[in-house]
Amino acid sequence: MSIGSVSLDHVGRPDRALNADKLSADARREARGLFALLSPGLLLVFAVIIVPIGWLFWLSLFDESDQLSAANYARFFEQASYIKTFVTTFKVAFAVTGACVLFGYPLAYMLSQLPRRAAGVCLIFVILPFWTSVLVRTYAWLVILQRKGLVNTWLMDIGVIGQPLPLANNFAGVVIGMTHIMLPFLVLPLYASMKTIDVDCLRAGMNLGASPAATFRQIFFPLSLPGLASGVVIVFVLCLGFFVTPALMGGGKVIMWAMRMEQTTSLYSNWGAGAALGVVLLAVTLALLGLFRWLLGARATGVWSQR
Amino acid sequence: MTKRLCIYGVAAAGLLATVAVPASAADTITVASWGGTYQEAQTKAFFDPTAKELGITIKQDTTNGLDDVRLQVTGNAVKWDITELGADECARGSKEGLFEKLDYNVIDKTGINPKLVHDDWVGISYTSVVLIYRTDVFGDKGPKTWADFWDVEKFPGRRALSGSQATETLSVAALAKGIPIDKVYPVDIDGALQSVDKVKGHIDAWWTSGAQAMQLVKDGEVDMASIWNGRAGTLKKQGAPVSFSFDQGVLTADCMVIPKGSKNRDIAMKALAKFVSPDLQANLPLYVDNGPANEKAFETGKIPPERIKDINSAPENVKKQVLQDPAFWRDTLVEATEKFNNLIQQ
Repeated sequence: MSIGSVSLDHVGRPDRALNADKLSADARREARGLFALLSPGLLLVFAVIIVPIGWLFWLSLFDESDQLSAANYARFFEQASYIKTFVTTFKVAFAVTGACVLFGYPLAYMLSQLPRRAAGVCLIFVILPFWTSVLVRTYAWLVILQRKGLVNTWLMDIGVIGQPLPLANNFAGVVIGMTHIMLPFLVLPLYASMKTIDVDCLRAGMNLGASPAATFRQIFFPLSLPGLASGVVIVFVLCLGFFVTPALMGGGKVIMWAMRMEQTTSLYSNWGAGAALGVVLLAVTLALLGLFRWLLGARATGVWSQR
Repeated sequence: MTKRLCIYGVAAAGLLATVAVPASAADTITVASWGGTYQEAQTKAFFDPTAKELGITIKQDTTNGLDDVRLQVTGNAVKWDITELGADECARGSKEGLFEKLDYNVIDKTGINPKLVHDDWVGISYTSVVLIYRTDVFGDKGPKTWADFWDVEKFPGRRALSGSQATETLSVAALAKGIPIDKVYPVDIDGALQSVDKVKGHIDAWWTSGAQAMQLVKDGEVDMASIWNGRAGTLKKQGAPVSFSFDQGVLTADCMVIPKGSKNRDIAMKALAKFVSPDLQANLPLYVDNGPANEKAFETGKIPPERIKDINSAPENVKKQVLQDPAFWRDTLVEATEKFNNLIQQ
């Protein structure tokens, strides 16, 4: 007994020191192995993301006569419409994200409270439009919202309004159409995070005398924030690059950044003109993601792997 | 295993290629156009008869315009032997050196407006920008001229103009100022912009595609609009309550080019010569409202006389319209478009 414990002690200490080298060598080998496994993915990311974006940036530095210049960026300040487009893009993104939170949060909450089977059925209704072409859905909204569309005809028939409401071919139309398309991007991560909230926490709160409203406000809502934040980030960033819906629902009066890229690419003979718009959008998007990360914490934004 | 297969594959393909190139590659060409009913009409009018006569195969593709050609030529990946473009795009692409020179010993240019015959591009058809209005709103007393369109007191109603085709909107804006049709070009751009400025507060939609213009008018979203004559004709055929005419229309040409680096340049040249020949040009208006670029087409007797009055490039209709000048826009388009965008987005 005593011999055993002594020998263990005796053997154990030098062994640990002896093993340290082997263990770290082992860890290094494992890291190398993992890196080797990752390398196809990394190569792909490098080839299809890093290289093209680098090239885009490089192209944006050349003017129409292939001379190194800042002309492509100077244009944003020379032509008032670029700034205007930029502001419009953010206005739309904010409005759509706001509307998505307004509609999406209660929806996700309801889904998370439903019995599993009922929630499954309801989720299909969230996902189904998600599988339908954006173009088709946008045209459908046009049919519903335009002057002689379903909403206006119906409201005029029952005498609520005398003149058709301007719902399409303007800012409102763009926001309505895009909100519908973006909603699943908010609801799905939010629902997933709400499902992971431990019901026992809520029960404990109630047990300690909190009202249902207080339980929701003080326990459920803060715990759902990480999911909400990642939904908000996804929706906002996707909005910044949206094309189809604003092009069709905006009536040419709501010009977003992506539409401007298309115009600029066909107008100028150098790719740099369009590339500069891409670079600016990318830079602003990354800056915003950084801001979100700073505001909400790395884990909350979810789009990063945790450090 | 895959690697070995791959090597065999390459070897086999190489072997096949050496055998096959002289025999078959030369008699297949690829032609790109705008797609839709227009390209279907071109298929029947130009592509099928040419393929038959020359004993070649014509493959088809669709284009988005000059940037597609630019991408292929600058990227050294030319997949088209002939492609259609708007005339101002041809003029700009020519300046950028994107096209092969055309051989007018092979292509007979008689009958084509000299403004559309150039070293490296040639006119193929015409589209007109016309003023359309809804007869259920105005009866037959709708706006007939662009000055009427601009007159929001005499003709109250909702309006749409093209936001994507600055050249066309600036041309009609010049007409709205009362400039006679033969004096519109060269366009006084600042004057035309001032004219746009006067009406822009009353424009309910700036359309960016032909389909959109059509939808706006068809669904009554607007009561009057500028629109391409092909789209206007389709609306009328579908029974929509609309009226339009070629008075003060803006005649814009489409053109065809051989992208620089085309591998079948010679055969493409022969095919292009067929496309612009009076005989095949006369086929086009039998299938679509876009008029032939070669006016000799009207002398072939193939086009029924009652059809001629509806064709935008028929000599009587040409007289009523402004011919958009591609050379003018080649040098001014970028600046004018930026100014136009600044104006309508404010």
